[in-house]
Amino acid sequence: MSVDAPSSVTALPDGPVAQAQGTDAHRAIWDVLESVTDPEIPVVNLREMGILRAVRQGAQGLEVVITPTYSGCPAMGQMEDDVVSALARAGVAARVVTQLAPAWSTDWMTAEARDKLRAYGIAPPVKSACAASAGANVIAFAPRKGLVQRETVACPQCGSDNTTEISHFGSTACKALYRCLACMEPFDYFKPY
Amino acid sequence: MAGYQDYLLHLADNALILAQRNAEWCGHGPILEEDLALGNNALDLIGQARMLYQHVATVRKDGKSSEDLLAFFRDVPDFKNYTLLELPHRTAILPTSAGDRDYGVTMARNFLFSALMVQVWGALEKSSDAQLAAIAAKSHKEVQYHLRHAHDWVLRLGDGTEESHRRMQAAFDYLMPFTQEFWTESAMETAAVKTGAGVDVRAFRAEWEATVADTLQAATLKLPSSVGFVTTGKFGVHSEHLGFVLAEMQSLARAHPEAVW
Repeated sequence: MSVDAPSSVTALPDGPVAQAQGTDAHRAIWDVLESVTDPEIPVVNLREMGILRAVRQGAQGLEVVITPTYSGCPAMGQMEDDVVSALARAGVAARVVTQLAPAWSTDWMTAEARDKLRAYGIAPPVKSACAASAGANVIAFAPRKGLVQRETVACPQCGSDNTTEISHFGSTACKALYRCLACMEPFDYFKPY
Repeated sequence: MAGYQDYLLHLADNALILAQRNAEWCGHGPILEEDLALGNNALDLIGQARMLYQHVATVRKDGKSSEDLLAFFRDVPDFKNYTLLELPHRTAILPTSAGDRDYGVTMARNFLFSALMVQVWGALEKSSDAQLAAIAAKSHKEVQYHLRHAHDWVLRLGDGTEESHRRMQAAFDYLMPFTQEFWTESAMETAAVKTGAGVDVRAFRAEWEATVADTLQAATLKLPSSVGFVTTGKFGVHSEHLGFVLAEMQSLARAHPEAVW
């Protein structure tokens, strides 16, 4: 991953990207990239995850803008390679640009992505990341800045709210490990970011 | 301009050296979940360090600086991390085996540092350097999880068994004097604050002390004194431990320069 400085070419969207936008050439690229999925969670594509931010005309031709999820996510390099090879297969000449701002948020995951995650066995983020940090000051133990508040997470298997956190950190940086106390199944929870 | 690069390197080195220390638990965690947690924590920190080193390389515009050069080809006096972050995971100042690592020290250090960085990254989101602000926005989200994780273990171990309480207290007694370094003035920080790119860490002291006092009280621990020798890691004058950290971290890259996977 090499990160480019913020570009003043176009302001990036600060929210979910619902569908292909722009000119015919831009839309063709969006369509090609619909097939590029998250390497760790192959049921959702990069647009649905909010990682694919824009297709735009840059100084050196068309640019596909992606944004990293967690700073150290090892899947980012794979995603960049997958985007490049999908474009090459489709015969499209476009450069991939990684841009940090605005910072990726789980709030950008589309409703369809959340449904797909749940069906795949991963509980989607419960509330918006903004709401989670706003609530950080009212945590019971130590009412100090910066402590992330706990949330009620519904089991993706049986739907029960009677769940408990096993570990803050799970199989990847973006997930926590939970257990359902109703159906007794363990499951991954995609943390608000 | 060198002053500002030093400020960015200070932030990057803090992240990289703590990441390297926390990654030592990989495969040795006290339980599987904590092994994974420390691996994730280290990954976040390495990611933050990479973005910051890339930014330094861009700011330098010398055409040869890169994240790898900055991480693997600088020596001890070039590193500007807090001494706190390079210490081994134990209270004894003796060379001992990996088996003597103390998870209480790991959690106390992560707690003390994350409680500071939650505020630093939050404030740096308004940095006049747009790229640093962008890095801060991401790092701020991540460090909140690091703080929560360390905070919970401080409570659990402090208010746990007789042995866990004793070791958690010993960890804070040992580490607290190293936190004095946070508040010492340095030219690189003063310069960065003046341009609006950096933030004055000393402005967060009262809030940090309150967070530490609250958590230690909830964990039935005594707040230790922080007086004693003031360490100087951020000025490049380190403890004897950093050389060993760098030797392990840098040897592969130096044995095989420019090797790729």
